[in-house]
Formats: sequence, structure tokens, C-alpha cells
Amino acid sequence: MAVTIDSPQDGVAPTERKLRKTAARSIAWLQAGPMMLVFALFFLAPLVLVIVVSAWDYNEYEMIPAFSWRGYTDTFEGCIAALPDLCTILKTYLKTLKLCLLTWSLTLLIGFWVAYFLAFHVRSKTWQIVLSLLCTIPFWTSNVIRMIAWIPLLGRNGLVNQGLIGAGFIDQPVEWLLFSEFSVVLALVHLFTFFMVVPIFNSMIRIDKRLIEAAYDAGASGWQTLTNVVIPLSKPGIVIGSIFVITIVMGDFVTIGVMGGQQIASAGKIIESRLSALQFPAAAANAVILLGVTILIISALTRIVDVRKEL
Amino acid sequence: MTDRSKTTTISRRSLLKGAAGAASLAAGSGTLLSAPYVHAADAKVLRYLGTAVNEGDEISKKCLADTGIKIEYITATTDDVTKRVITQPNSFDVLDTEYFSLKKLVPSGNIFPLDAKKIKEFDNITPVFTKGELPNGKKIGGQGTAPWKVLYLDGANSKTFSATPTEYITLIPTVYNADTLGIRPDLIKRPISSWAELLNPEFKGKASILNIPSIGIMDAAMVVEATGQYKYADKGNMTKAEIDLTMKTLTEAKKAGQFRAFWKDFNESVNLMASGETVIQSMWSPAVTKVRSMGIACTFQPLKEGYRSWASGFCVSKAVAGGPKLDWAYEFVNWYLSGWAGAYLNRQGYYSAVLSTAKANMTADEWGYWMEGKPAASDIKAPDGTLLEKAGAVRDGGSYDDRMGAVACWNAVMDENDYMVRKWNEFIAA
Repeated sequence: MAVTIDSPQDGVAPTERKLRKTAARSIAWLQAGPMMLVFALFFLAPLVLVIVVSAWDYNEYEMIPAFSWRGYTDTFEGCIAALPDLCTILKTYLKTLKLCLLTWSLTLLIGFWVAYFLAFHVRSKTWQIVLSLLCTIPFWTSNVIRMIAWIPLLGRNGLVNQGLIGAGFIDQPVEWLLFSEFSVVLALVHLFTFFMVVPIFNSMIRIDKRLIEAAYDAGASGWQTLTNVVIPLSKPGIVIGSIFVITIVMGDFVTIGVMGGQQIASAGKIIESRLSALQFPAAAANAVILLGVTILIISALTRIVDVRKEL
Repeated sequence: MTDRSKTTTISRRSLLKGAAGAASLAAGSGTLLSAPYVHAADAKVLRYLGTAVNEGDEISKKCLADTGIKIEYITATTDDVTKRVITQPNSFDVLDTEYFSLKKLVPSGNIFPLDAKKIKEFDNITPVFTKGELPNGKKIGGQGTAPWKVLYLDGANSKTFSATPTEYITLIPTVYNADTLGIRPDLIKRPISSWAELLNPEFKGKASILNIPSIGIMDAAMVVEATGQYKYADKGNMTKAEIDLTMKTLTEAKKAGQFRAFWKDFNESVNLMASGETVIQSMWSPAVTKVRSMGIACTFQPLKEGYRSWASGFCVSKAVAGGPKLDWAYEFVNWYLSGWAGAYLNRQGYYSAVLSTAKANMTADEWGYWMEGKPAASDIKAPDGTLLEKAGAVRDGGSYDDRMGAVACWNAVMDENDYMVRKWNEFIAA
């Protein structure tokens, strides 16, 4: 349709051409319109509301629409007084970033090799689809069930401990297997590697196989092919996967709560406990802070790789 | 009290069967009888918002059979119930919630008090709710948000609690219990008699508390008092200095690795205890029963400092006032207190607000076991028929009078709640 409208015809008056141009433009707007509307209604408007509410006051049972920095000042309470120790919010973010970094590097490492295997070693398309669907298995159960399911495996009297004791490696059950940072990272990696696999696989599958042949013909070793051809061409997938994993882990409070025995701080948990106490403005202020931190990380990532250009 | 027991689930199959039944019924009524099926068209439906504690399928089925009122459960955690009342008062009709949340709900103006005169059994409601004493006259502990402090309002549209009885009732009492520590006697192997044991380093890495700040801090306060460090004027309404002191005790215990995990869900508490991850933790009566029904020794240990109690009841949404739903709500509440539901709750280890009607719906043996602390003459079964206790068993903590009489404090929302939540986040980050 756009072609017929735009196609220049001889002998058309300038006013008519102008009209056609506006028609073309309005059609473009119409095409983008529904998405824009959804985006504005369900993303921009709530976000603006959260930011507005974060600067409100509150009492035990309601938000008071009066300007107040209370949500923010309470959050950074004691940050100067506690020096050189860290205050609650800094400690919490440090812990969240640590978990995020660990999860990100592990999911990247594992996800990359899974995607590599799927893209270059599995020949049939059907098997590629079947195997990537297998990666979704961790999502088949609810969080509570998953948590309960880890107990018989990692618990004090669980399989791993019994196995280690039986094999004579340890005398006493190891406690750090469950309700620890170890179990949190394990559960997060178990869940979110999938989000790395899919975009990286998607990038890899588009790599022209002739490039790899060319590298081989030019005498490159396997490692050189990997670092000079495969990894650079998988970058968009790596960045997109990283954005998925980092944004999810930064905001997570369910998995960290459940696997950490509710004793490990996370940025999401602060928001949750504020919400539970009906302190919506304080929760909103914390959400804005979390959003800011996450945007900083993501923009740093996209600075390294321009995803739009690479796609 | 969060997901106190199993959540109600409707299987696709039963839904389909129900739909098919309804369809064939409608078809049948259309062809065989020319008269319309009036009962179905006039179905009285009440949307019932609450935690899973009282939301048994059997209760709604029995209610439909007895009164024709169809109960639609909306199940949420305690915090989410409160949130929903504040933010979406039109999304429910009947509210089942705990007394401690009234400090937030009443000022919001979103709930409508019921009229005591329209509740048939109101005068038979246990004096635990109305006067803070046992039926035998013994006074019980009133620290925290004790129900009798927030039971009455000044008027129908009032937002202030009345210290003296009025006819405007914030929540019509239904169910309550006395909570204490659950222990694994087979793993602890010695008598436990004080709250102080919760933070005893002997149980390092094997203790747990409830992951609700306002309740967790009260458990900690019980420990602080038990160890003789400090005596609170009101554990349920601490000053900032008292909050600091209590959180310091909790933080030290956490740093020393005392806690295995905090639990928020009924099944989590059962699993922690059954798997031996924890050997001592704050718990609920039916959770202890569930661990025991798995064949694992577990005791709901009475402690010398007393119990931390909770209570819940019914009110309606402001949106219901004036409409026909208000009459149905009265009918439903009156049915609820008429005995069948009370007996059902008693058989789970909770207590019914009207004891006389519940007693009439229980066998003498059941009443003796659950309420009088007598050894069971025959096997004790749950409402669904599963075996809970063999004949000869005695309930932990003994009789109603022994348990409710030893209540030290009630679940509460403090005046300094905002400060407390901040301190709780600090404690988690420590």
C-alpha cells in the first residue's frame, strides 16, 4: 500500500502530493498507534504514577498527596551517621549487586555453551527446538514447590549431605548448601540460564557458516575462531540475555527470599516489606531508586555494544 | 497468619462437571417443566475475602446447603487482605480478617460495622473477645491489639474505637488461637519450658520465626523478657528504644547463625520442621498436627511465659451497606456462629467464638480432647477424616482454659510500625 501512495507520478499537482504525504504519515502513525497506546497506558502512565507517589507523604493506612521526601530520606537513614560502616540501603544494594554479578557470570558461562552446543552441534532443527524447550523445565513448578523440593536435596538430611557423609568426605552435614547465598545463586542460575540461552542461540544461528569455514581455511585454530568470529557475532545475543538476567535478578525478592531463608537482603525485599506495611510512598521511592540503578547498569552495557546497530 | 492452611483449588474437571450439570439442569427445566428455575436465577452470592484459615470447601458447601448462600472465596495473605480492603473496597462483600489489622482498616472508612443486635448468638460469644476473660472469669493477658480493645465503635460511621460496649461491632468474632513454639522432642531430647530457648545457642542454625515483622518482633520480645533482659510495658506497642533493643537481640542471633530460615507459608513451616531443618520455631496448631500426622514427633510446647494469641472475625465492605447483600451477610454470619462451622474449626485445633453451639456439633470425645484437655477415648480425626491422634492422646497445652488462660499478648500493629519496618529491613541486611 505504501508503495502505491509514495510512488511518484508525473503530472500530479504539488498540493495533491502534499496530501498524499500527510496520508502516508498518518498511516504510519496509525500503524504504530496501538503499540504506543499500550505502551503509554500500561508502562509510561504507571511509571509516572510511581514517581509521583514516591514524593508523597503517608500514614498508617493511606497515602497523603502532599509533597514529602520522607520515602527517600527514610531510605538513606543513617548513611552518614553510620560511616565508616555501611547503612541499610547500601548494604542491601551491595548484596543485591553481588548476587546479580554471580548469577550473571554463571548464566552467561553456562548459557553461552548451551547455545553453542544447540547452534553448532545439533544438526536437526526439530532437535534444536526440543532441546531448547527442555531449558524451560525449571518454570514448570511454583516457587513454593521449588523451595520445598530443594530441601530433600540440599537440606541438612538431604541427598547431597548423605552422599558426602556416605562417601566419607565429611563427618557433619554441611549447612551452607541451603538457605545461603550459595543456594540463592544456584536457584537463580537454575531458573534464568534459559534467558541467556535463547538470545545467544538466536544470534549464533544467524552466523553465516561460511565465515567459520573461511576462518578454518585461513588457518585459525578453534579458539581463534571462537574469539574472533563466534563471540563478536554473538554479542547482541549476549547483551540482550544479560539485560534479561540483570533486570530480573535486580528486582527479584521471591527466589532470594525463599532460597535465602528470608534472611538475605535484596532491593526487591525492601520494597516488598514496605508494601506489606501499606507504606506505598516509601515503597515507590525504593522502586524509583532500584529503577535508577538498573538503568545505569543497562545503559553501561548498551554503551559497550550497540544492540540496535548489531541487529 | 498468612496461608494458614491449604489454598482452595478448583480442578478443571470438577468445574467442567459442574458446568455440564448446570447445563443439563437448565435444559431439563426448560423442556420438562415450563416454570423457570427460580432458585438458580436468584442465587445469593457473597464474595468472601480472607486468608486460607477459615476458607474450607466444606464450609462453603454446607453453607450453600443450609442457607442457599453461595460463598465465593477470595484468598490472600494477611498483608494482601489488608491491602485489598484499603485499595479495592468494592472487590469483596464479606471480610474475614484479624483484629490487629483494624487499626489500619477502621480509619480508612472502607469497612462497615455489623449490628450486634442482629447477631443471634452475640450474647453467647466467649468473654475472651468481649471482656478479656475466660468463661470462668479469669482475666487474660491484654498486651498488643487484644480484640476487646478494638471490638466496639462509637457509632455506625465512626472511625474511633469505643472502650465501653456499643452495638457497632468492628468484627464479629469467629476464630482465635494461642500460638507458641513448636519443637522436635526427638531431636532436642530435653524438656523445653521457656521462650528463651528460641535464641539458645544450643539450637544454632536450627531455629526459625515467622517472617511477618510485627509478629516476629513479638516472638523476640517474649525471648527478651524470658531471659530477664527487659520488661516491656506492652510488647505489642513498643517505644522506639524498645524496638531498638529487641531488634538488637534479633540481629545478634541472626549474625551468630541462630536462624535456619524464616517462614511465611503454612506448608513451609511444616516442611522445615518435618525435614529436621529446624527443631524449634514459632508455629500454628494445625501445622504441628500436620507434622505429627506424617509420623514425626512434634510438640506445640506450652511455655511458662505464656502464649502469643490471635483472633479474627467478620465484617462487610462499605459498598455492601444498604443493599440486599447486607441481609445475606447477616444470614451468613448467623449461620457461621450456629455451630457447624465452629465445630469444624475446633476440630482443626482452632477455637470457635461461640463455644456452646460448637459443642452441640461435636461428640463428647472430640470436645473432651480439643477443649477439655482430656485423653482421647477413640481416634481423633480431622474434618476430612484423616487420622490426627490415636486414642489416649492428650492435646499439647491441655484444655481451653489452660491455653487461653495463659495468653500473654496478642498479634499487634504498633504505633511505631513505620519505624519498626525500617528496623526490620536493617535486621535483614545485617
